[in-house]
Amino acid sequence: MFELLINYGPKLLDGAVMTLQLTFISVSIAGLLSLPLAILRRSKNILWQWPIRLYVSFFRGTPLLAQLFLVYYGSGQFRPELTELGLWWFFRDPYYCALLTFALNSTAYQLEILRGGLQAVPYGEVEAGVALGMPRRLLYQKIILPHTYRIAFPALGNEIILMLKGGAIASVITLLDVMGHTRRVFSQTFDISVYLWAALIYLVITTVFVLVWRLLERRLTRHMFYQRDIKRITPVEATSTKMEASNVN
Amino acid sequence: MEWFEYLSFGDSGWGDELASGLGITLSLALVSLPIGLALGFAVAAASVSERPVPRIIAFFFTTTIRGLPELLTLFIIYHGVGLLISKTLKWFNPEAGFFELSPFVAGAVALGLVFGGYSGEVLRGAWQALDKGQQEAAQAIGMNRLQIFRLIEFPQMLRLALPGLGNLWINLLKDTALVSVIALSDLMRIASVAVGATKKPFLFFLTVCLIYWVICIFFEWCIAKMEKRANRGIRAS
Repeated sequence: MFELLINYGPKLLDGAVMTLQLTFISVSIAGLLSLPLAILRRSKNILWQWPIRLYVSFFRGTPLLAQLFLVYYGSGQFRPELTELGLWWFFRDPYYCALLTFALNSTAYQLEILRGGLQAVPYGEVEAGVALGMPRRLLYQKIILPHTYRIAFPALGNEIILMLKGGAIASVITLLDVMGHTRRVFSQTFDISVYLWAALIYLVITTVFVLVWRLLERRLTRHMFYQRDIKRITPVEATSTKMEASNVN
Repeated sequence: MEWFEYLSFGDSGWGDELASGLGITLSLALVSLPIGLALGFAVAAASVSERPVPRIIAFFFTTTIRGLPELLTLFIIYHGVGLLISKTLKWFNPEAGFFELSPFVAGAVALGLVFGGYSGEVLRGAWQALDKGQQEAAQAIGMNRLQIFRLIEFPQMLRLALPGLGNLWINLLKDTALVSVIALSDLMRIASVAVGATKKPFLFFLTVCLIYWVICIFFEWCIAKMEKRANRGIRAS
């Protein structure tokens, strides 16, 4: 079991780099695309609303594997046209196809999460901003978006983890991520322990990510913890320790 | 119409093959569902238990299953369990041949495990959301633990867990596509075979996507109906 790790460990780590890279790039692209689309999705104009609805429904209602095959293999059917447009180099490469598919898929999920977040911002806050005479851009920048991301933050973390795990199917189109290397090593050695090492790698990545995300969330919502810390002191305590507290400060 | 011909039923088209693949996809999902639900209830029961050992086991199970890619779980079951059974058989009977787990069984077990891990959390949430006073009232009129679960907790849990379970069911349906990788002739695999024969990848994979899409929309509609029915006794807030 450990012998396998000595022989193939570096390959699995190479795979981990590939997995992280795929996830990070596609989730970041999706992060940039999802916000404007979520705002457009909320507009009353059906010309904006319906195409986005269809897009979200399609990408959330079909398996990621089918989407990946549609982009990677499906583009082959239009090879002459794509070559003419000068896009064939992109669709020929499994790496770019995986990135494109994952980014489109993650955009659909993140868009729905952000839409929920935008909806959950209390209207009173927006009204308060309007009452102060804030223009629309400032309203979004100072009031709506910070609160939206704070609400959506845990769900966005979940989506990133789902993308990380879903990314394992990139191995099916010959990309050598953790799963790709694992399958290759298994086909050479027929040693199941390689699956256990792969499992360990995925568990470590997800656990570290969950911890980091929780720290970030705590930082984003620190104003709420501040209040909770204050409330813990009863009036009696507050008055009796007033002197000490002022000395400390 | 050329496209229509490829998808027609009969000898020349792939319509009947795709339909049989769809049958395998749906039956795999329907077989995995009870496995997953049973496991989910067991996990939920273990994680609301007062003893620490079941709680720790449940915690490790859900964290591991939810941290692993579904594809990896599938491979571990398909190759790992197959090998394990082979070795055990060899141990009892050295002349035994190599045992290979059927892809359908491996797929059903793996998808059941995944469903169990996620639904365990959903059901635990529903269980803990119930009013403790109801349990005490049931004990006061002399119900035993099983009766309390069957008559009081279970019906309410279903209502509370329905949205979460509905999402998991949709995910399960989509995850069945993964079994095509271990050569089970589900919808996805049939499409790949058809592509190999006809060289029309876009047509077939788009068709497959549309089929999955229709199924998901249908079940989303069903779940919405079920939720409406489950909440008919609850005053709208």
